[in-house]
Amino acid sequence: MNEKTMLEESTLDAAANEEVICCPENVVYEKPDTLTDTPMHYCPGCGHGVAHKLIAEVIDELGIQSQTVGVAPVGCAVFAYNYLNIDMQEAAHGRASAVATGIKRVLPEKFVFSYQGDGDLAAIGTAETIHTCNRGENILIVFINNGIYGMTGGQMAPTTLPGMKSTTSPYGRDVETMGNPLKITDIVATLPGVYYATRCAVNTPNNVRKAKKAITKSFEYQKLNKGLCFVEIVSNCPSNWKMTPSQANKWLEENMLPYYPLGELKVPNDKEK
Amino acid sequence: MKELKLMKGNEALAEAVIRSGCDAYFGYPITPQSEVLEYLSAEANKRTGMIVLQAESEVASINMVYGAAGTGKLAMTSSSSPGISLMQEGISYIACAELPCLIVNVMRGGPGLGTIQPSQGDYFQAVKGGGHGDYKMIVLAPSTVQEMVDYVRLSFELAFKWKNPVMLLADGALGQMMEKVEFFEQQPRKTKVEPWATVGKPKDRERNIITSLHIQPDKMEEINLHLQKKYKAIEEEEIRFEAINCEDADIILTAFGLVARICQKAAQLAKEKGIKVGVFRPQTLFPFPYEALSKLSSSPKLKGILDVEMNAGQMVEDVRLAVNGKTRVEFHGRMGGVVPSPEEVLAKIEEKFVGELV
Ligand SMILES: Cc1ncc(C[n+]2csc(CCOP(=O)(O)OP(=O)(O)O)c2C)c(N)n1
Ligand code: SF4
Repeated sequence: MNEKTMLEESTLDAAANEEVICCPENVVYEKPDTLTDTPMHYCPGCGHGVAHKLIAEVIDELGIQSQTVGVAPVGCAVFAYNYLNIDMQEAAHGRASAVATGIKRVLPEKFVFSYQGDGDLAAIGTAETIHTCNRGENILIVFINNGIYGMTGGQMAPTTLPGMKSTTSPYGRDVETMGNPLKITDIVATLPGVYYATRCAVNTPNNVRKAKKAITKSFEYQKLNKGLCFVEIVSNCPSNWKMTPSQANKWLEENMLPYYPLGELKVPNDKEK
Repeated sequence: MKELKLMKGNEALAEAVIRSGCDAYFGYPITPQSEVLEYLSAEANKRTGMIVLQAESEVASINMVYGAAGTGKLAMTSSSSPGISLMQEGISYIACAELPCLIVNVMRGGPGLGTIQPSQGDYFQAVKGGGHGDYKMIVLAPSTVQEMVDYVRLSFELAFKWKNPVMLLADGALGQMMEKVEFFEQQPRKTKVEPWATVGKPKDRERNIITSLHIQPDKMEEINLHLQKKYKAIEEEEIRFEAINCEDADIILTAFGLVARICQKAAQLAKEKGIKVGVFRPQTLFPFPYEALSKLSSSPKLKGILDVEMNAGQMVEDVRLAVNGKTRVEFHGRMGGVVPSPEEVLAKIEEKFVGELV
């Protein structure tokens, strides 16, 4: 049989078998209801899309779509509300955790989260971040650390690695004059107001699964009113790192993760749970 | 029976906040208005369950207000001049997102760290923008402690009616002085859920999004046009002012807030000298009562207008716009926390309009 007829036959087979294959028992994955049909504006291979999908899946699985309010940042994820089918507010650059505080204080029964990049959370919004964590607001902060300002075209972020090139550190980040990368999750993990702090990544299927678990736990903890949950997701920016998606994920593994090691930095004390 | 109380302006305002059924206050201490946060911290939560939170900064406060206001609740903050400067980013966002809230500014002398003494140096900032972009706040200017109380409730009403931030603009002296006040009854906390509020999306409605981002220029222009149309409607419906003895006056004094009361005293002193002085006091600074003042300024008897303020001449620009050359407009201002006296205002009337008065 030549290739062409093989193809035709298999298409015929597929048509004949369609009824049998496309049945509820065989469904392995469905787009979560919390994810809208809007095509995302993120660059190919960017971690933002995966992180959004995880949040949507978790909200679906926990059945809390009608009880969740999200806060979007200024940064590449500024349009997060176009993709997540929940009520959302868009905050000024860096202020998302203050906005989330305002929402949560008047709606204590609802699930509230902010979604912020490193420029947003760890530069202009450092004060809001630290104090929101310190007050132990019962919210979730999802912190996307891609080591760079994505949206404005690749400037240095507080999390840019030593020696890493950016448009404002074109010779590489010089820690003598530009300071050292800020390990925000390590800092907030020391605060009594933080109930759970963890660092994840979405560069491999295994890491994606772990990140999802962390987000699920965080929303579940929010019901306990014990304090803030902080999920850092070490991510990539293929466009501004000037790499292909697979190069970026490899680079992340080899350069970002040694500096930002994955794992839980603060877990609830079992007795408390 | 009337319940009259002797109360400090800031505390009376805070009491009115509780009685308005306010849901949440977010603020940061600054003289001369820290009593608002102090009074609310002691009283509010235990009486109505209202949230009172001391934020880490004015930047955080106003963004907490944004968050809470987005859920359709009665949210507010208060501060004084340098703190209000820090809030300008948030105010611009709130105006664009069309959220109702109350911002109280008990002004002190500037620029910079300035002085904690009273001033009216933030008129431009309150009325002409302050933050970036084309937006307006409704600005109410009380001149008595009683109005500090009454305008709180009015502010919340206007804020929700127009989905717009409202600023209550008082000077430090009004916050600090004690006067007799009558309170309105305790209002219940609002239970109505606004259709636009972000409170969690039920299955049967589209998600609510609160944003000031409209990246397409035509869409952004549409938003701007919509806002301008709203401001025009506010100008038609919400002008408030007081004109005392202005109809057949020789001289009209224009002033807002506490200074308007000083001007009333000056008008009395002038009467003893046989000079007829009226006082025109805008109670809303935006919208400004241009038309009413314009009408008064065409009286053939009028020799001119003396605008008195505790700044270098800010509202006088709007007075001149209203008058549009129909009569002479003079200005007298004190700065740095100095409050003009009635005698000083009378002397200015005589000096500026020398020879024209009987
Ligand atoms: C007050 C203010 N300053 C600066 C900006 C410009 N700005 C927009 S996004 C951004 C950086 C965002 O970077 P990050 O938070 O790391 O998010 P990413 O784009 O990488 O996802 C900056 C500086 C702004 N919008 N507002
Ligand atoms: S610029 Fe970077 S962070 Fe932004 S969408 Fe593209 S890859 Fe993602």
